[in-house]
Amino acid sequence: MLYINCPHCGMRSQNEFSYGGDASVKRPDLNKEIPDKEWDDFVYNRKSLRGKHLELWQHISGCRQWIKVERDTATHEIFRTFKADEEFA
Amino acid sequence: MQKYSIFNLVKNAFSNHENWDLAWKDPTPKEEYDVVIIGGGGHGLATAYYLAKEHNITNVAIIEKGWIGGGNVGRNTTIIRSNYMHDENGLFSEFGMDLWRKMSQDLNYNVMFSPRGIINLAHSDAQMNAYARRGNSMRLNGIDAVLLNREQVKEIIPMADFSENVRFPIFGGLMQPSAGTARHDAVAWGYARQADSMGVDIIQNCEVIGFDVSAGKIKGIRTSRGNIKANKVGICVAGSTNILAEKLNMTLPIETHLLQACVSEPIKPVLDNVVTFGAGHFYVSQSDKGEMVMGGDLDGYNSYAQRGNLPTLQHVLTEGIAMMPFLSKLKMLRTWGGIMDMSMDGSPIIDKTHIEGLYLNCGWCYGGFKATPASGWTFAHTIAQDRVHELNAGYSLNRFSTGHLIDEKGLGTKTWIS
Repeated sequence: MLYINCPHCGMRSQNEFSYGGDASVKRPDLNKEIPDKEWDDFVYNRKSLRGKHLELWQHISGCRQWIKVERDTATHEIFRTFKADEEFA
Repeated sequence: MQKYSIFNLVKNAFSNHENWDLAWKDPTPKEEYDVVIIGGGGHGLATAYYLAKEHNITNVAIIEKGWIGGGNVGRNTTIIRSNYMHDENGLFSEFGMDLWRKMSQDLNYNVMFSPRGIINLAHSDAQMNAYARRGNSMRLNGIDAVLLNREQVKEIIPMADFSENVRFPIFGGLMQPSAGTARHDAVAWGYARQADSMGVDIIQNCEVIGFDVSAGKIKGIRTSRGNIKANKVGICVAGSTNILAEKLNMTLPIETHLLQACVSEPIKPVLDNVVTFGAGHFYVSQSDKGEMVMGGDLDGYNSYAQRGNLPTLQHVLTEGIAMMPFLSKLKMLRTWGGIMDMSMDGSPIIDKTHIEGLYLNCGWCYGGFKATPASGWTFAHTIAQDRVHELNAGYSLNRFSTGHLIDEKGLGTKTWIS
């Protein structure tokens, strides 16, 4: 069982959350010519890191907010959690 | 190589079975090979076997970080089927079914292939329609499919919940009678033994730490047991694909996720098919030892852990109990997890790459075990001929750029949604 510290609600079990994938993926900027490669990287290609991974979760059975979680994909250790609009530093 | 037969079994009984040959050797890596296969799982071993058998390329090394057959081929639910709707998947898997039927004879190793049939249960009229469509597509590709109504399903699996007031009543199901199961470890060992006997070097406890690429061509690999030169390198490392891709500065349409399975205590024979729940993701069969073998969803988030968390197991078994209530009386004997190379459309990749001489075999998602022979056969062809076979032409790496996705389930790019 993972325990995720929701920045809005505090420590909750993983059962209250749903997963949203790699949070480092950025949508290509609008209002410019975007090569297909950039769209591929946005839609399909993932680093899928072993180790520290920044990812999106939604507190779907709680405050329903999207949050960012920094988690180790090999040990499941959770290092930090952020609000969705907080920049990862 | 010593042939496995009843006569040899009797003969060796006189020497207390102490004089059997080793099934495969433990060679020191040579400096150079014609082909290096990274990954000593089912697919890697099968690839080496078909390289030797079909293409007469025997100067081949299999490089395995741990021990052969220790990954997903040693920890799956052993289901073999070809009940796909899309042509690419159907024809590829049905080609594999043929290899499965001949495998024990071909490898001189009893892989205990048991074509016991698979039934996908339907729980609504809409699902029956969808199954009728899939069944028709299968039959057009020469795959056996039978649409069963509720009464017919009840005759085959009376222990399922056919009561009136259940949340997901059984409307019927789609059956592929020729589908089945096989002894998963035997598949790895059988391929390893034959590949070894034809001259393939199986090198275990040897981790790949880098690649030598120059002028867009692969020149060899760097391993924990020294550098190995090769002009052709095939990668089939399932859940570890992204780790090797990073060393090649490649980003792939693959995410690594964890899939769990479990077996119950052994009970007397009760189920002689593979059955899947249609209102969620749960499947069950009974092993020859009598254990109920069960599995279902991914854990739901990127993971390299090779062990699962309980919430998913609980969710999966809740579905199982909804389908077959008697399962609630069983004690769990073992649970385990393996890391899956989940592709972004749910279909695999067997292709060349932008690096000349480097070949990629990955993206098997939930279905790697059943694909073992067909994957090895087509990957060997792709490597030997330096071009894809028509069977794996659809499993290209660039289909994600060109839009030719093979999205059997229609799930899109969220690989953890089932």
